[in-house]
Amino acid sequence: MTQVGGHTERVRQRTHEGFLRYKGFRWAQFATALCVLAIGAYFVTATRLGRPPSGNSWLGYTLGTVSAGLIVWLACLGVRKRWITDHHYSLKAWVSAHVYLGLSLVVLATLHTGFQFGWNIHTLAYVLMMLVIASGAVGIWAYATLPSQLSHNRGETTRKQMLESLEKLDQQIHDVAQPLDRHGAAIARLSIELTEIGGGFWTRLTNRHGDCANRRALEQLRALPSSASARQAEALTKIEELMQQKAEVLALARRQMQITAMLEAWLFVHIPATFALLAALTAHIISVFAYW
Amino acid sequence: MSELYKIAIVGSGPAGMSAAAHAAKKGLSHVLLEKTDHLSDTIFRYQKGKHVMATPSVLVLRADCQFDAGKREKILAQWNEDTRTAGVNVKFKADVKSITGEQGAFTIELTRGEPVRAENIILAIGTQGNPNLMRCDGAGLPHVQYQLDDPGEYTDEHIFVIGSGDAGIENALGLAADAGQGNTVTIVNRSADFARAKKANVDNLMATRDSGRMTIMTETTPSLVEAGWITVDTPQGSSRYKCDRIIARMGASPPRKFVEACGVAFASDSPTAFPTLTPTFESTKPGIYVIGALAGYPLIKHCMNQGFDVVEYISGTDNLEPADEPLLKDKLKGLPGQRSVAEWLEFLRSRVEILNGLSPLQMREFLLDSEVRAYSPGDAIFIRNDQGSSLFGIAEGAVAVEVDPANPRITVPIGAGSIFGEVGLISGRRRGSTIRASEPTICVEIPRMAALKLMAQVPEARDTVNRITTERQVLQIFKSGLTPEDIKDVLAGAEVMEVRPGQAIINEGDVSDDLYIIRSGSMIVEKNLGGKPVFMSYVPAGSYSGEMAMIERTPRVATVKAAIRSQVVKLPAEPFRQLLERKPELAKRMRNEMQARREVNAFIEEQKEEFGGAVDMYSSVANFLIKQGIGEATDVLLIDESLCVGCDNCERACADSHDGLSRLNREAGTTFANIHVPTSCRHCEHPHCMSDCPPNAIRRGPDGEVFISDACIGCGNCQRACPYGVIQMDKPPPPKPSLFSWMLFGAGPGPGQPDYEWRKKAAKAGGAESPKLAIKCDMCSGKAGGPACVRACPTGAAIRVSPDAFLSVARIDKGAG
Ligand SMILES: Cc1cc2nc3c(=O)[nH]c(=O)nc-3n(C[C@H](O)[C@H](O)[C@H](O)COP(=O)(O)OP(=O)(O)OC[C@H]3O[C@@H](n4cnc5c(N)ncnc54)[C@H](O)[C@@H]3O)c2cc1C
Ligand code: HEM
Ligand code: HEM
Ligand code: SF4
Ligand code: SF4
Repeated sequence: MTQVGGHTERVRQRTHEGFLRYKGFRWAQFATALCVLAIGAYFVTATRLGRPPSGNSWLGYTLGTVSAGLIVWLACLGVRKRWITDHHYSLKAWVSAHVYLGLSLVVLATLHTGFQFGWNIHTLAYVLMMLVIASGAVGIWAYATLPSQLSHNRGETTRKQMLESLEKLDQQIHDVAQPLDRHGAAIARLSIELTEIGGGFWTRLTNRHGDCANRRALEQLRALPSSASARQAEALTKIEELMQQKAEVLALARRQMQITAMLEAWLFVHIPATFALLAALTAHIISVFAYW
Repeated sequence: MSELYKIAIVGSGPAGMSAAAHAAKKGLSHVLLEKTDHLSDTIFRYQKGKHVMATPSVLVLRADCQFDAGKREKILAQWNEDTRTAGVNVKFKADVKSITGEQGAFTIELTRGEPVRAENIILAIGTQGNPNLMRCDGAGLPHVQYQLDDPGEYTDEHIFVIGSGDAGIENALGLAADAGQGNTVTIVNRSADFARAKKANVDNLMATRDSGRMTIMTETTPSLVEAGWITVDTPQGSSRYKCDRIIARMGASPPRKFVEACGVAFASDSPTAFPTLTPTFESTKPGIYVIGALAGYPLIKHCMNQGFDVVEYISGTDNLEPADEPLLKDKLKGLPGQRSVAEWLEFLRSRVEILNGLSPLQMREFLLDSEVRAYSPGDAIFIRNDQGSSLFGIAEGAVAVEVDPANPRITVPIGAGSIFGEVGLISGRRRGSTIRASEPTICVEIPRMAALKLMAQVPEARDTVNRITTERQVLQIFKSGLTPEDIKDVLAGAEVMEVRPGQAIINEGDVSDDLYIIRSGSMIVEKNLGGKPVFMSYVPAGSYSGEMAMIERTPRVATVKAAIRSQVVKLPAEPFRQLLERKPELAKRMRNEMQARREVNAFIEEQKEEFGGAVDMYSSVANFLIKQGIGEATDVLLIDESLCVGCDNCERACADSHDGLSRLNREAGTTFANIHVPTSCRHCEHPHCMSDCPPNAIRRGPDGEVFISDACIGCGNCQRACPYGVIQMDKPPPPKPSLFSWMLFGAGPGPGQPDYEWRKKAAKAGGAESPKLAIKCDMCSGKAGGPACVRACPTGAAIRVSPDAFLSVARIDKGAG
């Protein structure tokens, strides 16, 4: 029996749940179970051995291998995120597993070390791992709290529209400034030519634009002695209005950039530390085998 | 008396020009009348540098002018050259006003100059129509113009632009753009706002006014034009202004009136109907022939072939093999029966009832759009819940409809000559039941656009389809083993009604008891709770409403109104009640369904009392989505802004799975509470974009996706037709280095849509000109994983939903989030 015009069998996701609650916290449960199992095994072995099992017991090797495997897999998220393949996968599921399994490393890797820390490459790997995890936790905080601020702040204005309305305001300031004298024209130029919307990452993150050219221009404009010519005076009032509008759009755009920067900032620790961790981990594994 | 030509050709587009060139080559006495001062005005008006496509590529060109895909300029130059060497007798600025007389002695009146006389006339005026003219005194003065080619042409003038659409606004903005030109520009709008224009244009207009570079006059109409002056009526009274130039952009009216005035009849009253023609393109007025876009063939190649053919026919040839013969042959090969193309055409035309009224010429064109298929007994023609909006006609054999999904052995037969699939055609919803061939069967599958065209051309076909649709829809909705015989009385009083968006078919509290079937579009049910209308449910096409009052004889308990433009069938209550008495099974079924609906209502009412906030939220989110046109969507991308971190991975995934161009603009679009509707295709039930696509390139795929095939010629009609602004015209960037060479060596622009600079550089390096084509979401058509945007969202913010699933009460529990 032929089926003409049947469906291509495609996976459709219709459920609406965030990555943290994915499939009823499936990965949180899995990670918890893993930790409980590890802790149980650790204490059983510890009582049997009489001393804490360290990296070179069978439990240590198992935990170490599991941890190292997890770390490599966790790092692969960077690839999965950008590798858009045709078959079915869900990045949401990946991130959900990433978060909970990543957190479980706190237990797994710590048990692996047998609490034997020192000033060595092994502990460096451990510290780096904790750094990655801590930054990840900051990321979760950011992902959980910032999106609604991001959405409220912009309303229905897009980034592009913000830039366009700034351009338009500049054009209007330029047009209205035609009848101004040299001094007035210089103020208009200051706002048009020297206003920086964003700036470096740090400026965007802190949202400190103390020397914003538009603000300075506004101040200078307000300090100007009242003009004799009516035409001038009218143009100046109009420009003040426009600059005020520009200041408002700037504030909106900058706040938007600040939230976006906050949503990204933790990744600037998370990703480089991941690379450092992978290097230190390799060194650790090689060194323990060489020492053996 | 002036010379009597053998052939006069009106309009010098590809169709008319090709006819004239062939007449010239054959040495026939002829004249080509063109209203503008250049050939082929439609193509002349394409935007500069547009890449013109020569589709369908399988069709051979048969003409005395050359035509190959290429730049507009090159093609126009080629045609100028071709008509010159062929020795075409062309008259420019010859705007034909009327045609009188009979075959052998027609008189053609022009707006300017001597009338022209001819034995035969070829009408090839396209579908552009004429601009609406100013009606006040002095409107005929030379400084009134209806088109603006180059705004940079005019300096230091006082210019008035009349009109409030995009064309007028764009002209006015163009004239005011460069302050250096020193123009004083005023735009005059009859109404108070610019409701018909795009928002971006209106914003731009207001900004230009605010900076003092333009004057806007609303609620104003011109009343008198004099050399150098214009007088307008404003709400404050009438005033006179200095005015050197008037640009009137008040829309265009289609050429149908003019054509009818020439004595040519159209197939029906439908605005999409074309003139009735014989196989030789002769209209109902002997001696007047109609070809090209006006005859319903909008592709340049078709137009040019017809120009050639029609001149052959006029000069007496009757054994010309039509140019599309090889296409049809190809389409029909492999079918049983060994018929020639002509035999097939006649076979289908005479066997399938709704095709009976087609002429052989229409039949040819019809078959180019349709498919003929043969099925063995047991073959499924379509499966329940398939997406599909095509109509099937049975030419031979019979099919069986599996009416009960639980038991495929219960079937209803449909025999030769009849049609099926009409419910999908009308409602745009998924197929309601599986249909299999019950004996060796030959069917013709008619895609939705072709079916609509057929219904517009042949009124009897439209009536047949409508009658069968109503009957089958009633049977399908109420099931319960009803037969056409059972519902005869009910259908006798049935009335098909068009409903405007927001118009109520049922008002809460009213005493009325008719039953309604939603045939196309969708309805929302609202109930007044605590003084506020609360959204209760969403009723998609293919279901019914109004059963409570009908069964229980009580006043209406809720208001039912159209979410979008809809069609409903009103069934009178009395015959239906009698039907219920005769069919206890149906009565039971309807009571059960009524009970379920009542429980939903009760649940919402109860929730409203206890947690008013959640219900209000649910209700207002639902209303917001309906306002965004979700009522006509089949599958729409939504973003939960409480989860979206703005990483734009969805856009990147879209670009990377579609030749490097994102079809989705996440930020753009509207937001309510935490629900954001980004600018992305909703795969409408009845896609507006399909309505006027010359090569019929927009189709619906097996998963319900509306996609644009590579037949697209880049005309931009769909972009204008889509009310949601989701279609862009663009050319795909050259391929970029792989993800891994980017990750490891930083090669190329990285994931996502490459930036403009990179594209420009890479395109230059690649050489080869590529056309800008229409691009939009295809729901990742054919990709096993489904839509990439949803798969690639790290937080689960991006979801794709269908309205009936999304607007369900289940959402109240989750706080409507
Ligand atoms: C933007 C755009 C892009 C397109 N791109 C393509 C493409 O790439 N490939 C393709 O195959 N098709 C394309 N098309 C479709 C194609 O251009 C038209 O269907 C085709 O031009 C129709 O040809 P025609 O000869 O029937 O009429 P037209 O080309 O419309 O020509 C009609 C001519 O008649 C003249 N005329 C009208 N009324 C009168 C009158 N009363 N008296 C005298 N003269 C009159 C007009 O001035 C005009 O010159 C495109 C259409 C558009 C709008
Ligand atoms: C394949 C995976 C791993 C193997 C085979 C392995 C092996 C070992 C061994 C043999 C020891 C004991 C060394 C000793 O007693 O001197 C050890 C200790 C240790 N391991 Fe691992 N390990 C692995 C993964 C990890 C991971 C993922 C981490 C954490 C990031 C880690 C951190 C440590 C630390 C901090 C110690 C204690 C070092 C010390 O004793 O001074 N190891 N590991
Ligand atoms: C050792 C453990 C971990 C490693 C090696 C690791 C590594 C990575 C890497 C490589 C990425 C990809 C970043 C990118 O390319 O954009 C990433 C993303 C992320 N990680 Fe981790 N991570 C670890 C633990 C954690 C933990 C414990 C959390 C949470 C508590 C976490 C939360 C996240 C989040 C939220 C993202 C962003 C997902 C996205 O927006 O695409 N990570 N991590
Ligand atoms: S991928 Fe998801 S989180 Fe990222 S921008 Fe798109 S919707 Fe928002
Ligand atoms: S392109 Fe526009 S009109 Fe066409 S299906 Fe998508 S949303 Fe509807």
